[in-house]
Amino acid sequence: MRHEFTSPSSAADRRLNALIRHLATASIESRTAIAFSPTSGYHGDSVFSHVVSAPEDPILGVTVAYNKDPSPVKLNLGVGAYRTEEGKPLVLNVVRKAEQMLLNDRSRVKEYLPIVGIADFNKLSAKLILGADSPTIQENRVTTVQCLSGTGSLRVGAEFMARHYHQKTIYIPQPTWGNHPKIFTLAGLSVKTYRYYDPTTRGLNFKGLLEDLSSAPSGSIVLLHACAHNPTGVDPTLQQWEQIRQLMRSKALLPFFDSAYQGFASGSLDQDAQSVRMFVADGGECFVAQSYAKNMGLYGERVGALSVVCKTAAVASRVESQLKLVIRPMFSNPPIHGASIVATILKDSNMFHEWTIELKAMADRIVSMRKQLFDALRTRGTPDDWSHITKQIGMFTFTGLNSKQVEFMTREYHIYMTSDGRISMAGLSSKTVPHLADAIHAAVTRMS
Amino acid sequence: MMIISRFLRRGISTASTCATRRSWWDHVTPAPKDPIIAVTEAFLADPFPYKINLGVGAYRDDEGKPVVLQCVREAEGKIAASNFLESTSTAVSSKFVEESAKLIYGQDSNVIKERRFAGIPALSGTGACRLFAEFQKRFYPESRIYLPDPTWSNHRNIWRDVHVPDRTFRYYHPDSKSLNFVALMDDIKNAPDGSFFLLHPCAHNPTGVDPTNEQWREISSLFKAKNHFPFFDVAYQGFASGDVERDARAIRIFLEDGHSIGCAQSFAKNMGLYGHRVGCLSVLCNDKIQAMAIKGQLQQISNTMYGSPPIHGISLASKILSDPDIKAIWLKEVKVMATRIHRMRAILREALERLGSPLNWQHITNQVGMFCFSGLNRAEVYLLAKEFHIYMTPDGRISMAGVTTKNVDYLANSIHEVTTCDQDAKILHNTDAYRINTDIRFTSLGASKSRARGMNLSL
Repeated sequence: MRHEFTSPSSAADRRLNALIRHLATASIESRTAIAFSPTSGYHGDSVFSHVVSAPEDPILGVTVAYNKDPSPVKLNLGVGAYRTEEGKPLVLNVVRKAEQMLLNDRSRVKEYLPIVGIADFNKLSAKLILGADSPTIQENRVTTVQCLSGTGSLRVGAEFMARHYHQKTIYIPQPTWGNHPKIFTLAGLSVKTYRYYDPTTRGLNFKGLLEDLSSAPSGSIVLLHACAHNPTGVDPTLQQWEQIRQLMRSKALLPFFDSAYQGFASGSLDQDAQSVRMFVADGGECFVAQSYAKNMGLYGERVGALSVVCKTAAVASRVESQLKLVIRPMFSNPPIHGASIVATILKDSNMFHEWTIELKAMADRIVSMRKQLFDALRTRGTPDDWSHITKQIGMFTFTGLNSKQVEFMTREYHIYMTSDGRISMAGLSSKTVPHLADAIHAAVTRMS
Repeated sequence: MMIISRFLRRGISTASTCATRRSWWDHVTPAPKDPIIAVTEAFLADPFPYKINLGVGAYRDDEGKPVVLQCVREAEGKIAASNFLESTSTAVSSKFVEESAKLIYGQDSNVIKERRFAGIPALSGTGACRLFAEFQKRFYPESRIYLPDPTWSNHRNIWRDVHVPDRTFRYYHPDSKSLNFVALMDDIKNAPDGSFFLLHPCAHNPTGVDPTNEQWREISSLFKAKNHFPFFDVAYQGFASGDVERDARAIRIFLEDGHSIGCAQSFAKNMGLYGHRVGCLSVLCNDKIQAMAIKGQLQQISNTMYGSPPIHGISLASKILSDPDIKAIWLKEVKVMATRIHRMRAILREALERLGSPLNWQHITNQVGMFCFSGLNRAEVYLLAKEFHIYMTPDGRISMAGVTTKNVDYLANSIHEVTTCDQDAKILHNTDAYRINTDIRFTSLGASKSRARGMNLSL
């Protein structure tokens, strides 16, 4: 028998002896499960050697390219994150105030939230989008769960639908936010599109929209941007919304609203919620994903909510219990910080009022940028009708520029935007509008 | 029938055309409650003044109160002072991932120096496991996951939701209340080559039973021979022994042996950041290039689920790990928490032995970490809740963090009562009695026998 060793080789010997005890034979079976790492052994390949680089997210990729550019006149019009007139990100005053209040409250703890999140936050979020006096709330017909911003709310809603809804197809507008199809596909839904944007008018293809929704199978899910359509900025009028509502209800199409810009589009929280409220007022059911990323400037804190409006309170309660089963294996319970800030602001009437003022200021600045850009292009005599710049609404303008023109603008003028010609108006300032106008003018006149 | 309903719909004025008459969700059945969370809910609903919650694994001080660590308060103060902007969030995330990797792999690990790891922040341990499960499904769609028996109840849910089937490997020996090492090695050997295994590197949840370092070395060697993929769920680094380096031993052993592991880290317990959902997923790779590829894939998975985790929690953890003064405070606080738990284990065991319990309670001090797998059966757990207002999960898992010097005697007395008052219970205590729908007779504080069924104590 071996006596006590302390050298590393004896430790290896001990391990070998132990191995021999446990292995019937010394031979190793062929590694059928790991066909991709043929040289496995002591210094074996990773079992994930075959993993290829994922294509870069096109929107986030814009910022990456922008960051690399050393030009002093570079302009980032890619990601839809608000910037001040000085080109800086903005933390709202009311958010700072709320954060400080939370920090100063030494009685606060960091325990796990319930799976559905902060109760106050959920109730207040429902009120915000549905209206404080909405009968659905009074009748307990809506269940609201705290999720991680709009993305997280969409994903949880879609996973629920994939499990419990009889129709696994969702219709998304063409175009839509790049992440939408990926979220729904990974949740287990199949994705189809409906016509939305008309490049010739740079407005809504209303006829195409109605036709496509009419021919969708009954019960299909339909994704609707509540306001400030991303990326086009083209929204239906109220009358058009009413027609859409009637059509959808007559075909029993299930609405899934993505509300990422409430208050940001028109400057009024109630006005920007009208499309959702119209659908809820008719007594029907719908899903609503809310994000506080833009309207509260809480981008990085991932604050959002998913509301499911149901026919009865009993159904809403059962739906909530099933939503928990989606959430628990995804992240167990939602994060406390951002939602606490939102709840603090929403429940205090003074802070709420302050928020509406700061929100309107952001929306107004964007509207002002639209006007300035439109005027600058008109002054330069840039060919084409640019009235869509002021007609479109929200953070983005779908310029109508093609990818060649976009590429030209990046190369010659250091302007960064997504290749579909979408620009974030929030990234503009009075100082930079002339530069952008010059770039657009050059692109349009020199490249087709 | 169809024609009539269609006619009815058309007859409604268009101004109030609403959806079909029924709800689309009528068929949705109420979901079973999460067993761990259900315990806290039952506890909260109980008006008894001396109730004890031994359910969720969240640390409590000796007053039974949740704790916000001082290092966290310091970090919060520093972060609030800085003008926090989105553009710095990438930098903060990267720093956080780097520091987390150093914490688990070692400050001077080659893996870090050579940047041979793909890491992204995750929503605590759950989120990190989920991201890995999705990644595993994507690149090994036919694979399974081997989970220890028993394991944290949510592990099965996570892999199930990504459609990766699970198998179990034997782990806990209910008779000895310790590790069933021979069976464990057998199951590892018998699994097909190249299988994915989930391992708890320390403070196994729910049993508190950990392999010794020597056993870890043997497990690692066998993994090498079988070419298995080791995925570690690190939820309690620092909580087991009080020393973060010591608690990482299993992982360091695997690294020494050249394994390219995956690792889910949670800072919920060891930093007390529960509600902030702070965690990190890392996958070790061959080289830097591959690490970038894998990181991109992981980010994509994350982007389609919720974007990225909230920056506040990441900032806190990053600050704590990277600021030497704050880190020093943290390490002390971790030791304090672990020490209190060790003490409670010792006191509980002594109290039971002093009461003259005929049962063997050694496992209380042998087991490690936040949980004690008491060995209490479902009937006894039920009785403890109903008669003594002491709450734990149906598998008899006690969160030692919920035990204090003030309640330990009451707890010991109660456990003693339910395990000795009744003959049937005593017999059941010595056997594996985890079956659902067991009809059990038991006494109620010496009063007449009442009949109870295994209630909705769903697993």
